[in-house]
Amino acid sequence: MRVGVVTFPGSLDDHDAATALEACGHEAVTLWHADEHVRDVDAVVLPGGFSYGDYLRCGAVAHRAPIVTAIAGFARDGGPVLGICNGFQVLCEAGLLPGALLRNEGLRFVCRDVLLTVEAADTPWTRAYLPDEQIVVPAKHGEGRYHADAATLDELEAEGRVVVRYAPNNNPNGSARDIAGVCSEDRNVVGLMPHPEHAVDPELLGGADGRGFFESLLEGAAQNA
Amino acid sequence: MPRIAIDILLKREILDPQGRAVEQALPGLGYREASEVRVGKHLELVVDAQGDELAEQVDRMCQDFLTNPVIESYRWRVIGDDERADA
Repeated sequence: MRVGVVTFPGSLDDHDAATALEACGHEAVTLWHADEHVRDVDAVVLPGGFSYGDYLRCGAVAHRAPIVTAIAGFARDGGPVLGICNGFQVLCEAGLLPGALLRNEGLRFVCRDVLLTVEAADTPWTRAYLPDEQIVVPAKHGEGRYHADAATLDELEAEGRVVVRYAPNNNPNGSARDIAGVCSEDRNVVGLMPHPEHAVDPELLGGADGRGFFESLLEGAAQNA
Repeated sequence: MPRIAIDILLKREILDPQGRAVEQALPGLGYREASEVRVGKHLELVVDAQGDELAEQVDRMCQDFLTNPVIESYRWRVIGDDERADA
């Protein structure tokens, strides 16, 4: 599939995301923050980093970029969108996902592998996993504490929209209910703080548990064919 | 043109670890009287509008972009030159 990878000024992981996509059989297409169209891509990844220096709030300036308006339209039409780390923050700021990401509870930047449970294996980004499969991928962020009001959290739980959850005692940032990633009501927009794109090569330290996020797109294409 | 000061804090029910860290540091410096520390943002800007239009513009800016209503609350006021925090 052709998968767009957005580059904002300050994006860091756009090349890793493109490399991960290509390692999993996709064609990565560069999308620039000032682009007004997503061109003819089949899916979009918003990568990690510090878009626009994370000035004001993480993702706050980025969510007004022309490409994000285009992505909102693409998502409304059912297009699969994945936000990783800063990309997740941008999707929350843009209102494409509920909640917000706050300063880590411990105030420290966290950089380590985390154990996650894939609770929703029915999104376009997670269907290569088994329900409740446990995976290890790295997390690296200073502002990853997921927050939403209690009613929203209850709704997310009831609708099975907690896509990935930190395993017990693996919550690195104080996220509400150990939530590491959520999806939209239509399930096509997924955001998470940990980085599956950094865990795609079995020959490197850290394993390849993240591949499922990108291989899931192929499964979807096969199912739709 | 009116100069606007906007104060933004995390909502009261949301943990502010930065405020907590500051609060815990104060007694060590001899300031034992301080408590309930919250750390936020203070913005100042000049807006080319008056009256109801000014209020409407500032509120819209705050809700749309300057704050995130999911996690933050804010207050704003018109200030004179002698009230600038960057004096």
